[in-house]
Amino acid sequence: MERPAWAPRSIDVSVPSVSRMYDFYLGGSHNFEADREAARTAMEHMPGLPKIMQANRAFMRRAVRFAVEEGITQFLDIGSGIPTFGNVHEVAQQADPGARVVYVDHDPVAVAHSQAVLQGNDTADVVAGDLLKPREILASPQVERLIDLNRPVALLLVAILHFVEDADDPYGAVAELRDALAPGSLLVLTHAAFEGGPLPQERAEGVVDVYKNIRNPLIMRSRDQIARFFEGYDMVEPGLVPMPDWRPDTVTGDEDPYAFSGFAGVGRSA
Amino acid sequence: MSAEPGGPEDRLRRFATIWSRAVFPATSTSLTRPEFEEQLLPLARRLSDALRARAFDAAVAREIGAALIAVHCTDPEALSRTLDCVDAYLVLYCGDPDASAQTQEALRSRSSRLQHAMAAGFAKALKERTLAEQESISQAAFHAQRMVAQALHSSEARFRAVFEGAAIGIGIADLDGKILEVNGALLRMFGGSEQLVRGRLITEWTHPEDAPHIWRLYDELVRGERDHYHVEKAFYRPDGTVLWTNLTVSLLRDADGRPQYQLALMEDTTERRLLNLRLRYEATHDALTGLPNRTLFFERLEKALAAGEGQRFGLCYLDLDGFKTVNDSLGHAAGDRLLVEVADRLQTCATAPGEMVARLGGDEFVALITGADTERGVDELVGRIMNALVTPISVDGRELTVRGSIGVVEGPVGERGPAEVLRSADITMYRAKSAGGNRFEVADPEADARAITRHGLTTALPMALDRGEFFIEYQPLVHLGDGTVHGAEALVRWLHPQHGVLGPDRFIPLAEHTGLIVPLGRWVLEEAVGQARAWQERHARTGPMRINVNLSPCQLTHPGLVSDTVDILEDAGLEPDALCLEVTESALIGADDDLLKPLRRLAEMGVDIALDDFGTGYSNLANLRRLPVSILKLDRSFTQGMQQYPADPVDLKIVEGIVSLAHSLDLAVTVEGVETGAQAEQLRILGCDTAQGWYYARPGPPDRLHELALADARG
Repeated sequence: MERPAWAPRSIDVSVPSVSRMYDFYLGGSHNFEADREAARTAMEHMPGLPKIMQANRAFMRRAVRFAVEEGITQFLDIGSGIPTFGNVHEVAQQADPGARVVYVDHDPVAVAHSQAVLQGNDTADVVAGDLLKPREILASPQVERLIDLNRPVALLLVAILHFVEDADDPYGAVAELRDALAPGSLLVLTHAAFEGGPLPQERAEGVVDVYKNIRNPLIMRSRDQIARFFEGYDMVEPGLVPMPDWRPDTVTGDEDPYAFSGFAGVGRSA
Repeated sequence: MSAEPGGPEDRLRRFATIWSRAVFPATSTSLTRPEFEEQLLPLARRLSDALRARAFDAAVAREIGAALIAVHCTDPEALSRTLDCVDAYLVLYCGDPDASAQTQEALRSRSSRLQHAMAAGFAKALKERTLAEQESISQAAFHAQRMVAQALHSSEARFRAVFEGAAIGIGIADLDGKILEVNGALLRMFGGSEQLVRGRLITEWTHPEDAPHIWRLYDELVRGERDHYHVEKAFYRPDGTVLWTNLTVSLLRDADGRPQYQLALMEDTTERRLLNLRLRYEATHDALTGLPNRTLFFERLEKALAAGEGQRFGLCYLDLDGFKTVNDSLGHAAGDRLLVEVADRLQTCATAPGEMVARLGGDEFVALITGADTERGVDELVGRIMNALVTPISVDGRELTVRGSIGVVEGPVGERGPAEVLRSADITMYRAKSAGGNRFEVADPEADARAITRHGLTTALPMALDRGEFFIEYQPLVHLGDGTVHGAEALVRWLHPQHGVLGPDRFIPLAEHTGLIVPLGRWVLEEAVGQARAWQERHARTGPMRINVNLSPCQLTHPGLVSDTVDILEDAGLEPDALCLEVTESALIGADDDLLKPLRRLAEMGVDIALDDFGTGYSNLANLRRLPVSILKLDRSFTQGMQQYPADPVDLKIVEGIVSLAHSLDLAVTVEGVETGAQAEQLRILGCDTAQGWYYARPGPPDRLHELALADARG
């Protein structure tokens, strides 16, 4: 029997979670041994994984600042995970104290943690929701309270779409979200790929296997496949590029070669 | 603060740059390196101050170590690199290059102590942060767990409500068949006692009416080879009554796909089933007698005939003799009571397994037996049925004697279909009936075939008349005195689309039986009269051509005979004396005046009446005077003895006697079946007036007669 929508899956901390593994890669301790074990195994295949995560965070930071510069003050971050530091609301509210942020994650532990972190913050909140059910997210009380869908929104899909298999129609879900946003909205997106990294694909596939084993498959997509998520949006310069190459603050001389794995881009709704 | 090149501030900055470059790769910050450097600069400044302070302050160094954690340098490698950097460059960039060697030594010593304190501060801060984060993630997990539990609880409560409130019976059992949970609806179906249901084994719930596949499906399900099945199944309730259900059983698997439980959904169909059974009973039984009806009988017969090799069947088809009379004279209610009694008696005749009695309708019943030895069985069955009808049946105080005609069909299965078998039985029954009734006949393929053809012809007759499939052939009647063609007998033929040309003996009796003889006879009369008129016009010189037309007994009694004949003659413009109607002797045996009246009227008008086939029946010679007959047609049997030479003397005497008798009664004599010249000559000598036969001409189309007449006229 299929689990009804209103009954969450149970919490089993002996099963690795991608958000807690992400935290581990970023030097955090918001994780359990099973998460660390899986992350260490993945790092055996690709020792530079933490650098990819760092590049994701750095890109997100730049993109959020860019959005604020563009006059956007509403942020919807789907797949927000466990906020260790440098989160969207910190970056955005630092740039514009009036910025409003709604985080969305389907991992109940991540949601609970976000709730704890955001306690007392009236302009940021978290929704337990699923990227694949955009209407539920958009209709949530949190979104209703904090985000005016008639005005531009920055939608962040950072390091999440590569966890959605084609069979679950990520393109359909993203299209639904894109269509729901007002003109001038931004889509901020990163996605894992075999392209760009320093390792040959055969070695990088070891990481894919690790995620397959924890029943959270990692779907590598090509640049063209990733570009399709922006359909109907205009790419903001410099387009879909390796993360460190997207509007760097400084000359990219200090970047780790792993940081160039995968792609990042920002699209703007016409 | 100024940062003149080479000044203290510039040197401090250079130290911070070196530090940030060393540590940046080991951090997990999302800042750029220059941003990161800006975060290290105040730490560098404090380090510098601590290096040069008068007194060593471990607390400051510990704070600096802890500050590294705050800027996300949590990796021990970051500490290691920091300490390397401080060790190598702090004194160099933040000390006093101009100080004495002693001072330099003191600074280096201070640097070492600062490093120790930084390491301690870093470790303490890392430990605190780690603990704090572990605590916060545990809290989050705990909180999430509680939310999930709450959600599960409410979802379970909802499920429980659905489960309990469902109108459909729901039960859950483990894979051994032990019933773990049942809902209220299921309990109510089973009579309401929970103890008698929960904890029991499904496998005990067998019922004699379980289809064999039910338990095979069950086994497949619990073995995990099937995910669900749907069956109709009966159960015994604890009180012994039967519960019929529509049962759907699904296999529940755990997250890894291993079979765990079986879930049964059941719907009580007992009442619906009873209703269906009742409807089915009503659809398959005769309301009057309660016997199976035609539908059910056909089903059984079909099944019996489809049985395996070596199986036989026997069928008795019973039709009561004279039942119509009972209905007509005593009324339908009495007729019904009689049928009910007959049905009851019949039912006692076929009580063994494989035997059945059914009412097909009206007063028609069938009895069927099946098995390997029906040859003997069917004989006994017929005997029992005949016997059962012997005792009179008392209806409304009257003792009615019931007789029946039975057609029996017996044989191996697999050769004929039910319709064919029943038809054979029906035909055979009619054979028994036409043989006088109150008897049985056994089916015979040849008799069947004849009957089938007869049946086919009978049903095709009416259409045949409409389609013009009949035609008339004419056989000349020759004057024996001068050998001239004096007229012709009209003989009807049927050009049947399948059977070809059929003679009157094949279809006239059928037409008599169905009454079609009247329109057919009228048609023949019209055609023949019309033809006679045509001949008369063409042979005015040779005198009027006469036409003989046969009248069947049925036509004789038809009230329109005289008027039809008059109309036809008038329409054609033929004189009545050109027409001769032939009537068989047997049709007039015992004829009373009513029957003879129309013939007399026709004779008075001048129509000749011929007595056909004379000498074949028990001719009442005395009666001849009374009949309005002017011609005797002598049957061919009398003339057969004259075909050879010398002729049979007895035949000669007889014919001579008849001719003399006829002439003395003023009757002309026509002989049939003349085949040889010798025969013709003899008959002429004996005084016969007219002859017909192959010697002169076979029956043929009207034009042939025309040619004969012409030849005759020329001769």
